[in-house]
Amino acid sequence: MSDTDQNNNGAAVSIKGLRKSYGSNEVLKGIDLEVRPGEVIAIIGKSGSGKSTLLRCVNGLEVFQHGELQVQGQPLVYQDAAAMRSLRQRVGMIFQQFNLFPHLSVGRNVMLAPGLVKKEGGAALEERAKQLLARVGLADKFSAYPDQLSGGQQQRVAIARALAMNPGILLCDEITSALDPELVGEVLGVVESLAAEGMTLLMVTHEMGFARKVSDRVIFMHQGRVHEVGPPAELFAAPRTPELQQFLASIH
Amino acid sequence: MVDFTLWDIVRNLLLAARWTVVLSLIAFVGGGLVGLALLVLRSLDKPWLQRLVAGYVQLFQGTPLLMQLFLAYFGLALLGVETSAWFAASLALTLYTSAFLTEIWHGCVRAVPRGQWEAAQSLALSFMEQMRHVVLPQAGRLAVAPTVGFLVQVIKGTALASVIGFVELTKAGTMITNATFEPFLVYSCVALMYFALCYPISHYSRVLEGRLHVRH
Repeated sequence: MSDTDQNNNGAAVSIKGLRKSYGSNEVLKGIDLEVRPGEVIAIIGKSGSGKSTLLRCVNGLEVFQHGELQVQGQPLVYQDAAAMRSLRQRVGMIFQQFNLFPHLSVGRNVMLAPGLVKKEGGAALEERAKQLLARVGLADKFSAYPDQLSGGQQQRVAIARALAMNPGILLCDEITSALDPELVGEVLGVVESLAAEGMTLLMVTHEMGFARKVSDRVIFMHQGRVHEVGPPAELFAAPRTPELQQFLASIH
Repeated sequence: MVDFTLWDIVRNLLLAARWTVVLSLIAFVGGGLVGLALLVLRSLDKPWLQRLVAGYVQLFQGTPLLMQLFLAYFGLALLGVETSAWFAASLALTLYTSAFLTEIWHGCVRAVPRGQWEAAQSLALSFMEQMRHVVLPQAGRLAVAPTVGFLVQVIKGTALASVIGFVELTKAGTMITNATFEPFLVYSCVALMYFALCYPISHYSRVLEGRLHVRH
């Protein structure tokens, strides 16, 4: 994998001319984006602007019709099951609704994918799962079931589960939107620590304060296009387009 | 003329009831395996396969089981395949059961939230791993009660195998009636035996349904 990392200027994610439509309704109208390794990107925009769809294209949950998408130099090819499997090992995803497996304990949620995909197992895997849970502050929940946890705890388990595959890139799709306000902080704290450790992060978020604090670049999407890009200080302080001005005004 | 005691009637019916049970088990196990295979095919992202399985289900749900039994028995013979009532009944009931079970289970698979598939996909699980470790355990929990309930339909459905000469409970009842000329007594016994087989199962199905509300 190290030789492919050198391709494509070493971009973590490279998107060129990506278009996606549902039937005749085009939701992504030509997206170009390069994400450097270790970069933290916040994607903001109104609902329906295509920001979640773009995120879901990166790990192949959504199929796009035109354009190119590469992850660590490897092109995304839907038809190639082995290539998709290898791509998805390098891209973790965290969802708005947590999507923990309700029939498995917290520990088995974390260990399922490494056990199946990477054939890890035994005491070593269990030890690593416990470390990951400790890292998200849930060392004592190894044997609990998802429905015994609060929303914030479930989301932190989901982060540990994604990290168990050692991904290079993490996609966060509005991961605090389904949480009670008092639980948002504990999840964002974990994401912030990941950013500080150099994880490449693409996050769709409504938490503007968090986006401003943690991200290296903010992308404002509007009507299926990247409408404005820039460092958070610039973009929030001096929005150049009327659409972004309007959007920022509407959320305050 | 020979006199038949009630015990003679009941004893012979009980002996024949064994074959009702065996035929039900064959139909259920065979139908379950075929139904599971069809379920997997139907869950794959292949529209033509989905249509094919949907057509199969429609065919068996839209025609009487009696016709399916006739067609299996006489149709196979017409094709030059030497067949027995045993084989034809097992085949027809297996196909019939598989069509209903795959439909029941398909509904249960669809009841598993989309996000569960997506989470499993994002973790790089293959389709079969997603099915085996994430979707089927959750769908299975939903499926237990309706599946057990359908078993009752299969048991009663085996009565139709009597028309192609398969000697199970119903056929034995007819034969005993012909010898004793006591149709009301004999068929009452037959009905009671079906009830004795089916009632515990449908009761169990209700118990399971109640238990479903409790997680893990």
